[in-house]
Amino acid sequence: MIKVDKVSKYFGGVKAVDGVSFEVEEQENLILLGTSGCGKTTTLKMINRLIEPTQGCIYIHGKNIMEQQPEILRRGIGYVLQNNGLFPHYTVAQNIAVVPNLLKWDKQKTEKRTAELMEKLHLDASYLNIYPNELSGGQQQRIGLARALVSDPPVLLMDEPFGALDNVTRSKIHAEFKALDELKRKTIIMVTHDVQEAFELGDRICLMDKGKIVQSGTPAQLLFNPVNDFVKDFLKHQRLQLEFKAIKLIDLWELLPELNKEAKASSFDAGTNLWEALESFKFNNGETINISKDQNQVKTVSFEQLMTAFYQYKNHQAHE
Amino acid sequence: MNEQQQTLWQFMQQQAGKLQEQTLQHIGLTFISLCIAVLVGLPLGILIVRKKQLSGIVLGIAGVLQTIPSIALLGFMIPLLGIGPKPAIVALLLYALLPIIRNTYTGILGVDAAVKEAAVAMGMSKWQILFKVELPLAMPVIFAGIRTATVINVGVATLASLIAAGGLGEFIFGGISLNNTNMILAGAIPSALLAVIFDLLLSMVQKVSFKKLKRVVYAFPVLLIVLCLFYIIPAKSEGKLTAGFTPEFMGRQDGDLGLRSKYGLKIHTIVISDAVMYKAAFEKHLDVISGYSTDGRLKAYDLVVLDDDKHIFPPYYAAPIVRDDVLKKFPDLEPTLNLLSGKINDSVMTVLNYRTDYLHQSPERVAKDFLVANKLWRPERGGNDGIVRIGSKIFGEQYILANMYSMLIKGYTDHEVSTKTGLGGTKICFDALTNNQIDFYPEYTGTGLLAILQASPEIINEVTVNKDSTYNYVQRQFESKYQIKWLKPIGFNNAYALMMRQQQARKLGIKTISNLKQFLDKK
Repeated sequence: MIKVDKVSKYFGGVKAVDGVSFEVEEQENLILLGTSGCGKTTTLKMINRLIEPTQGCIYIHGKNIMEQQPEILRRGIGYVLQNNGLFPHYTVAQNIAVVPNLLKWDKQKTEKRTAELMEKLHLDASYLNIYPNELSGGQQQRIGLARALVSDPPVLLMDEPFGALDNVTRSKIHAEFKALDELKRKTIIMVTHDVQEAFELGDRICLMDKGKIVQSGTPAQLLFNPVNDFVKDFLKHQRLQLEFKAIKLIDLWELLPELNKEAKASSFDAGTNLWEALESFKFNNGETINISKDQNQVKTVSFEQLMTAFYQYKNHQAHE
Repeated sequence: MNEQQQTLWQFMQQQAGKLQEQTLQHIGLTFISLCIAVLVGLPLGILIVRKKQLSGIVLGIAGVLQTIPSIALLGFMIPLLGIGPKPAIVALLLYALLPIIRNTYTGILGVDAAVKEAAVAMGMSKWQILFKVELPLAMPVIFAGIRTATVINVGVATLASLIAAGGLGEFIFGGISLNNTNMILAGAIPSALLAVIFDLLLSMVQKVSFKKLKRVVYAFPVLLIVLCLFYIIPAKSEGKLTAGFTPEFMGRQDGDLGLRSKYGLKIHTIVISDAVMYKAAFEKHLDVISGYSTDGRLKAYDLVVLDDDKHIFPPYYAAPIVRDDVLKKFPDLEPTLNLLSGKINDSVMTVLNYRTDYLHQSPERVAKDFLVANKLWRPERGGNDGIVRIGSKIFGEQYILANMYSMLIKGYTDHEVSTKTGLGGTKICFDALTNNQIDFYPEYTGTGLLAILQASPEIINEVTVNKDSTYNYVQRQFESKYQIKWLKPIGFNNAYALMMRQQQARKLGIKTISNLKQFLDKK
């Protein structure tokens, strides 16, 4: 879907991005992770030509983006900024309608699509005629997301989209973000410096340092098979939580005991990560949850059983 | 105090027609130049945002223009654009440029980088970003620039009257020359009010919310254009000749008023500063001007004085006027100042003026050459017995006289001298004298009679029959009213005079003011 091929960007003599290559599959969620100044934002901005690469090529759908007119290219790529970048002199409705207007949609189509998105993003329709500065940070960020999604572009670029939000708002938006069906259909590249966020939202992660990709892979691969000490150190902080987030219930499936389905327990899909499953326990006596796989297989497990499976999995990883 | 206000009010009522005309001209001048400044400045500001390497040069040039003194800038305009509204508008435009260019530039640069990035990332073109994002968001800053430019222009537009472009400056400068406080206030108060009102209106525009921004953006240019229309460009002369009179001359009995009442002279007249009047006459922008009979430019520009055959111009014999307490304090001052008495006649003074005004020799050199030639010069004694403060008005002749007196005092007495030259007009000079800011300055009998004493028409008629009766009258009056003494006259008579280009006067056969009236009436 998106192919970044040996791309470099020099600012004067400084190599901000140095020969970076990666590919993103259709509907995949790729995270560019790293500290500030590692080149992750520059890499992202080269994909919609906000920054022109010094060397290398970028392909979207097999087409070299350098051969397209930048304005046309950008209208087909959603873009979400850290500080939302909403136009302060436009109402919420006008902000969302910017790209549809550039694409010359008719008014009714734009209005219909706007209403649809407002509902999906849990935004009240009464916000449409007010100005962004009258909204809270979280609401503004949702409007920014709506603006990027309105024309339903297949690709979405997100530059630290939740960086300016407080923790409570952020985890709320994370949950919504994962639940939003619009986003499940999209190929997303997201930049963040927040490891927890990367583990929570990313299918794959490219960990960058000094303009280069140090390691790319699934969260579990980075966590359990780090290529060097840099990766290990980077993931050291709150490691247990990361492990819970990196491991999905499907990974533990074989290690869980076969048990019949029990009614009246909350159910999880096997694709859910362990963190979410553990968080759902309210620690009543004998409490269990149901895990369903491929819609017909169900296992009912307790907290202790999940934790036991987790330790076994970890031991197994360590000895591989 | 109450009486004072009453008379100001009366003056304004009496001159309501003129006041209205000047106010409208003032508003028109301000906004025509502002309009053009916006049309030029806004695109320039946008250009230098796009091409930053030009910003230094453009802002630099606009900044330098801003520092040129306004009267000098108006002076530069005359050879290029003549006199009247054209040079005034160009000069005002140049002053208004800097705030508009600079605020456009900083306004656009100040737009939030994230907002600009969002605009680019959504696929807007350069022009779409400019018109939909950058300009609307920079608008409050740009309006602040326009506001500054407006207030500057309302102020500078008062000077437009000096080059015959009209406006409230006519009252202000006329009032200063005529020692007429009501006249000054009748010009100054409305122009200050205009500045305050426009500033207030524009500050309201500046604070307008984004919701109403669109309406303002459309309404503002319309309003500007309507305000421009206030300036009814002074109708071009219908007769053949155009006269340029100083604001002072316009308001005086021994000036335009006398020309009308005694000669019945009807001539298309514009108001102009004497600093540019002679040159304008020489360059044929004007045909008849109100000059001074000893002015050096008379010789330089080949002008001829028309004979005042009905004697409306009273004698203007120059003499130093000194406060009595100064004469008591420095007893040797009077004989020293009187050394000059009777030494300079009209033609000598014209030559001396010609040397400073036209040959651009320093007044100091001209003064010294004269004193040496007349064997009056003595080297400085370098004494330190108190300081004598000399004042002078703001024209060449007064500078020369002040320098002569300074040299005489230094050479003949042990006093030190400090000179305060270039005091703006009769009122300023005389106030400085009575308020003990200066000790003496050269004054003219006619000015004393008319501008300072403001004598009644009967007295004027009575005492202006000859130069001695005028001198005796002002001497008596000054002594009793102000305790100021007129010393002996220097000799020359720098009276008002009407003058024309020699060549034109000869061609038309005009020698006297009556001839001029006859010529004009034929048409």
